[in-house]
Amino acid sequence: MANDFWPTVYVFVLASFIGLGVIRRVSRLLHTPLMSLTNAISAIAVVGAILVVGGDYPLRIRVLGAIALFASMTNIVSGFLITDRMLKMFKSDEKRGGANPDAARSPR
Amino acid sequence: MMYGVSQLGYLVASALFVFALHWMNTPATARRGVYAGVAGTAIAVIVTWAEPSVIHHVWIVLAIVAGFAVGVPLSKVPLTAVPQRTALSHAFGGAAAGLVGTAEYYLRLAEGPATLTPFRMSALIAEIILGYLTLTGSLMAAGKLQEVRWVPQRPVTYPFQNASNFLLLGVALALAAALTMHPDAAWAPKLFPVIIVLALLFGVLLIIPIGGADMPTVIAILNSYAGLSAVAMGFVLDNKLLITAGALDGSSGLILAIIMCKAMNRSFANVLFGAFGQIQKTQAAGEARVYKSETAEGAAQVLEQASLVVIIPGYGMAVAQAQHKVRELYDQLKKRGITVKFAIHPVAGRMPGHMNVLLAEADIPYTDLAEMDDINHDMPQCDVALVVGANDVVNPAARSDKTSPIYGMPIIDADKARTVFAIKRSKNPGFAGIDNELYFGDRTWMLFGDAKNVIGELVKELAAGSGMH
Repeated sequence: MANDFWPTVYVFVLASFIGLGVIRRVSRLLHTPLMSLTNAISAIAVVGAILVVGGDYPLRIRVLGAIALFASMTNIVSGFLITDRMLKMFKSDEKRGGANPDAARSPR
Repeated sequence: MMYGVSQLGYLVASALFVFALHWMNTPATARRGVYAGVAGTAIAVIVTWAEPSVIHHVWIVLAIVAGFAVGVPLSKVPLTAVPQRTALSHAFGGAAAGLVGTAEYYLRLAEGPATLTPFRMSALIAEIILGYLTLTGSLMAAGKLQEVRWVPQRPVTYPFQNASNFLLLGVALALAAALTMHPDAAWAPKLFPVIIVLALLFGVLLIIPIGGADMPTVIAILNSYAGLSAVAMGFVLDNKLLITAGALDGSSGLILAIIMCKAMNRSFANVLFGAFGQIQKTQAAGEARVYKSETAEGAAQVLEQASLVVIIPGYGMAVAQAQHKVRELYDQLKKRGITVKFAIHPVAGRMPGHMNVLLAEADIPYTDLAEMDDINHDMPQCDVALVVGANDVVNPAARSDKTSPIYGMPIIDADKARTVFAIKRSKNPGFAGIDNELYFGDRTWMLFGDAKNVIGELVKELAAGSGMH
């Protein structure tokens, strides 16, 4: 068990650095979709829920797992769908058919 | 063999999640990010479902179907309700982590207390405390945002609030420490629920002193907590995908919270424990100040003469659902060759990026949305600043009045424009309960009314005007 400790902490620390580096570059325009996207991604807790609900365990344990699975699945479905719905709305001047192709870059 | 396959699946899923977030750096590639996220999640679900220990498939199918049944409608809420939806999904995320943690504890207690090492036990307790406090905290936040009747909008404060909250947390942590030392003692299974109850209670108490204006920060912090509870679950289950995905979510929430705090010139501690947004009691009484108001007709004439118009949207635009009318106004002005920019303050609205999404919904190109720092350079050249339901983010007291609670907060310099029109629903102070100097400025004229109606009238005036040419 003690052997598991360090590798997982490594993963956590390195993943946090990646997260900080990547998120810092996310366009400010997209902070709301970013939030719903990370929400859907962190619903990966679904993995833990499946193991609990699907295992050969006492009924009350599996009930807890089923509720958790339902909650995570709701987040996955609604998170990805609403993120995509919002992202579809972001159009540059060009795509909208505006007359100003120079303005296609991010706002000044 | 199976172990190798599932680990490979988790590794691919982790990589896809990193790419998903990477592609969010520009709107042009952002949708690819969603597909990567979906693919990563699908791989993880399939690989986990295929584990030999998973045998109750009917339950899984039922729970997934139920998740779809609730998730699909939840994704179709109007965009003005996105902050509530986000808070609600944090609550779901917290609930999932808390419930899995609870199940894991009792499971291991029954089947092999030896696996409850101090490390795993502390991770487990971190998981349930974070999970359950995120659950109730986010429900409270969602209630405040939805303006549910029994959830107080204004901050609720009482004597020794912070002290008693910390005491509560201290008790929970002390119990947690005892449980970590003796996870299989006779009293342990009874102590565990006590920690759960304390965490649930702490979540509520943490949010009630926080006002609506601080919601963007609070939502970001809750986002971070939800991520960290997934990390803790990863430690418990020794699952590196959970740790990676949770860490990505946690750091995302953290960065957003930092951006929000900087944009308000406040610290984390101040947002969480400052009970900001109470109506100030020290208002200088007797000093009757007069607003100058303007008609839609007059305002339309001034707008027509402008060459640069900066529109500053705030929560009021969201409340009035005025974004589509704003877009009509944008079109009317554009038609006359007027440059129109939208100045977006980082904390405008009730969640990070709220205004951008609403304006995008109204089909306003994101290339005309400007960040605060960029637009402030142009404000002295701006002919008309049109404030649509924004308040504190344009209050010059933030620059000049040291006694103001918002002193030092970076603002959009609307007051530097040649003319300011401010649309406001009523004469009451804004959410933060602070009087706004801008409204009494020499060059400011108020347009009182619902933002949607007022802008609708402006559009009508402009449309009528252009017909006469």
